[in-house]
Amino acid sequence: MLRPSSISELAEAIGTARASGQRLELRGGGSKAGIGQQRETTILSMQGFAGVIDYDPPELVLTAGAATPLAEIEALLAAQGQMLAFDPYDHGRLFGSAEAATLGGVIAAGVSGSRRLSAGAVRDHFLGFRAVSGRGEAFIGGAKVVKNVTGYDLPKLMANSWGRLAALTEVTLKVLPRPRASATIVLPGLSDEAAILAMAQAMGSQAEVAAAAHVPAALCNPALTALRLEGFAPSVQARTQMLLALFKPQGPDVLLEADSAALWDGIRHAAPLAGEGTLWRINVPPTAGAQVTQPLAAMGAYWLYDWAGGLIWLQLPPGADGLAVRAAASAAGGHAVLVRGDGGGLPILHPESPGVAALSARVKAAFDPDGILDPHRFG
Amino acid sequence: MEMPAPDMAVMARRSEIIAALRAIIPGEGVISDPASLRPWESDGLTAYAQVPLVVALPENTAQVAAVLRWCNANGVKVVPRGSGTSLSGGALPLADGVLLGLSRLNQVLDIDYADRVAVVQPGVTNLAITQAVEERGFYYAPDPSSQIACSIGGNVAENSGGVHCLKYGLTTNNVLGVELVLIDGEIVRLGGRQLDPQGLDLLGIVIGSEGLLGVVTEVTVRILPRPETARAVLLGFPSVESAGQCVAEVIGAGIIPAGMEMMDRPAIHAAEAFVNVGYPLDVEALLIVELDGPSAECDYLIDEVAKIAAANGAVTSRVSTNEAERLSFWAGRKAAFPAVGRISPDYFCMDGTIPRRRLPDVLQRMEQLSLAYGLKVANVFHAGDGNLHPLILYDANKPGELAQAEAFGADILRLCVEVGGVLTGEHGVGVEKRDLMPAMFSETDLAHQERVKSAFDPGLLLNPGKVFPLLHRCAEMGRVHVHHGKLPFPELPRF
Ligand SMILES: Cc1cc2nc3c(=O)[nH]c(=O)nc-3n(C[C@H](O)[C@H](O)[C@H](O)COP(=O)(O)OP(=O)(O)OC[C@H]3O[C@@H](n4cnc5c(N)ncnc54)[C@H](O)[C@@H]3O)c2cc1C
Repeated sequence: MLRPSSISELAEAIGTARASGQRLELRGGGSKAGIGQQRETTILSMQGFAGVIDYDPPELVLTAGAATPLAEIEALLAAQGQMLAFDPYDHGRLFGSAEAATLGGVIAAGVSGSRRLSAGAVRDHFLGFRAVSGRGEAFIGGAKVVKNVTGYDLPKLMANSWGRLAALTEVTLKVLPRPRASATIVLPGLSDEAAILAMAQAMGSQAEVAAAAHVPAALCNPALTALRLEGFAPSVQARTQMLLALFKPQGPDVLLEADSAALWDGIRHAAPLAGEGTLWRINVPPTAGAQVTQPLAAMGAYWLYDWAGGLIWLQLPPGADGLAVRAAASAAGGHAVLVRGDGGGLPILHPESPGVAALSARVKAAFDPDGILDPHRFG
Repeated sequence: MEMPAPDMAVMARRSEIIAALRAIIPGEGVISDPASLRPWESDGLTAYAQVPLVVALPENTAQVAAVLRWCNANGVKVVPRGSGTSLSGGALPLADGVLLGLSRLNQVLDIDYADRVAVVQPGVTNLAITQAVEERGFYYAPDPSSQIACSIGGNVAENSGGVHCLKYGLTTNNVLGVELVLIDGEIVRLGGRQLDPQGLDLLGIVIGSEGLLGVVTEVTVRILPRPETARAVLLGFPSVESAGQCVAEVIGAGIIPAGMEMMDRPAIHAAEAFVNVGYPLDVEALLIVELDGPSAECDYLIDEVAKIAAANGAVTSRVSTNEAERLSFWAGRKAAFPAVGRISPDYFCMDGTIPRRRLPDVLQRMEQLSLAYGLKVANVFHAGDGNLHPLILYDANKPGELAQAEAFGADILRLCVEVGGVLTGEHGVGVEKRDLMPAMFSETDLAHQERVKSAFDPGLLLNPGKVFPLLHRCAEMGRVHVHHGKLPFPELPRF
């Protein structure tokens, strides 16, 4: 394992690998090591780039080393009444291992939780970075202010790139105030179709719903549709009344604060889908959710919806054909990522159309011409 | 400001190029006679003008693709153009290039209220999207003040903002997908109606790429339900420092207002003299804070903001009691640019962003510069996000004053970068700030960006001469030139 502790050591490590044609796998905390194909690679640990560099709460900006543990950042922000609004989570939980996610890993894997629906994803809060590209050169992208259009928006490209373009050493994120109050309104017993309709209705109302999820009866009887409201107390109260009135026919209820925290924590980590088989994360237009899952029911699939139906966590029994998942996601205009388990040789990431795949390959080559940062993890 | 020298060989083939374009676009869609080309010579940055080789106005994606394919095969440059309101010269034509206008692709293709998206062609104006969905109580959040004129394709290219982007984000945070035509004529779809990108976030890099990576022919935007109410509070402070401290404390209290705008004394006086909305004239700084949401929320937060303002020594505090009053608070702010245009023969508008905590410092240094250059400056800011629009007042008829104003402007932008900020917060680099890019980025940084350009457009035919410094030489640039109060697009409110 390579353990550079300065930008120059990192540049040298990548430069050396480039010269020898050796491939490297970037690793922060290793919480997502279980994602991707079995592979033999040299690990390049980013642990040498940890620690908070600058944090001034009223500025709404935080700069830290890429390997700073997510938990450390979240605790630091919470102490100032702030948060990462995209609601990141730790993949360690998904793999039944310890929490180990780092800030850089969360960015590189584009990890956003339930609040992504209203507050945006990692990409929307990632302002700037320092990195060493696959060329072995140190460079920067973006900046440390919340509003900037100077040059290309390279942070967008780095978010969700899975470390295949560059090794991030320092990252700057936008942070936001933590809501002072919250409430979760639940609608019991809805079918998938009815739940998705209800979530669309809630999202289209003036209740400013922060998160909307549905756990079907197969996982939780009766089925549970949950709508989260966040903000200042008088506002949350007013909007709670708004939703209670809107969903009167469905017999709505308000969850206690403690139950609500546990519920959302479980949804964010797809907790009801722990266990055997493969776990898929499917992204589709929200109202297509039920149409994606329906054909997979007969294969023994279990699932839950987040993002008002636009995110489906789906579990297939061991050995079931993952191609059906891909086909259903494609048919709905979306895509499916294999997060956990053996996909029987299927690529981890959803294949792109030929034109987009070719363009992506050219963009990737612009940062990493020799494919040093591509350890055959994604096929 | 220099543009790359025109390619004489291409200019010599003008009639062949026109004929080829006419074969692709039937009817009136190809403009070639000199008199008709004139109106296309500038965008919103009228200091620069260049009559294009020819203007092509395709009607659909297939024609866009055919034009690009032909130009690529024949080594002809292409400059995309939406409504031509760019303030950085992003749509400045080239003498040896085709100006590709997208204004005829102006249809709203689909509105899906259940998925909360609208699919529109690039020539649809920003405001027209909101108008298309408002009957159902929805709107498109990013609101550049040019919104009645600017196109969504231009917004995508510039990653435009507006006063409400503090709470609702810039264009990039509100667009889910585009159809993009590459220079070789290939049509790709990036993103879609779902939230997350599939592989590399190419959509993210296309937004804000200033027409250098491809031509946007369709845009899928998120639409939002209109908040129940909006109310504003007008706050006057005895010093810019206390107003800045108030902004920091509002945010520190966990409040992200829908908009939070600041004006300094010269800007307040100019605006009040122009629109007469009752701004206090005995204050050094004015803040307009807008809150939106359920009325219970607005009432509560207005109170909180007023308390914070009082604790920071606000000497004026007026809360809007009705919609007309709210709009009147904004009227002065929106008229700030033309108002300044009345008190000075000429001015430049800058667009840097700074970390907010550096505001008092930056204003002080700006005042010193103002004294040193002997030129006045009036300031309006998007206070919530630190985006400054200093207006430098000068008179182009006084010998040497133009050059002084230019040097002053470049000093301000360098100052923004020096304190940890950036050259442009929302207007784009274009040709205007192109040569200042090395103040922010090293050669290696720029090379990493330029290789992205090459991945999309290996022949560098799309919008060349923009964004990247030609010779990495230092230029005294970076402002919007306004002569004798004659702004481009006089009918638009100014931010
Ligand atoms: C009075 C006034 C007020 C303004 N206020 C604001 C404001 O509040 N906030 C703000 O952010 N901006 C503001 N602007 C700047 C300007 O309106 C925006 O940058 C706007 O997005 C430009 O849109 P457009 O359609 O006019 O684009 P154009 O000016 O035609 O083009 C701008 C850039 O986009 C490219 N482009 C255009 N269409 C396409 C396409 N379909 N595909 C690929 N590239 C394309 C062009 O090549 C060019 O580089 C203001 C301008 C004026 C004149």
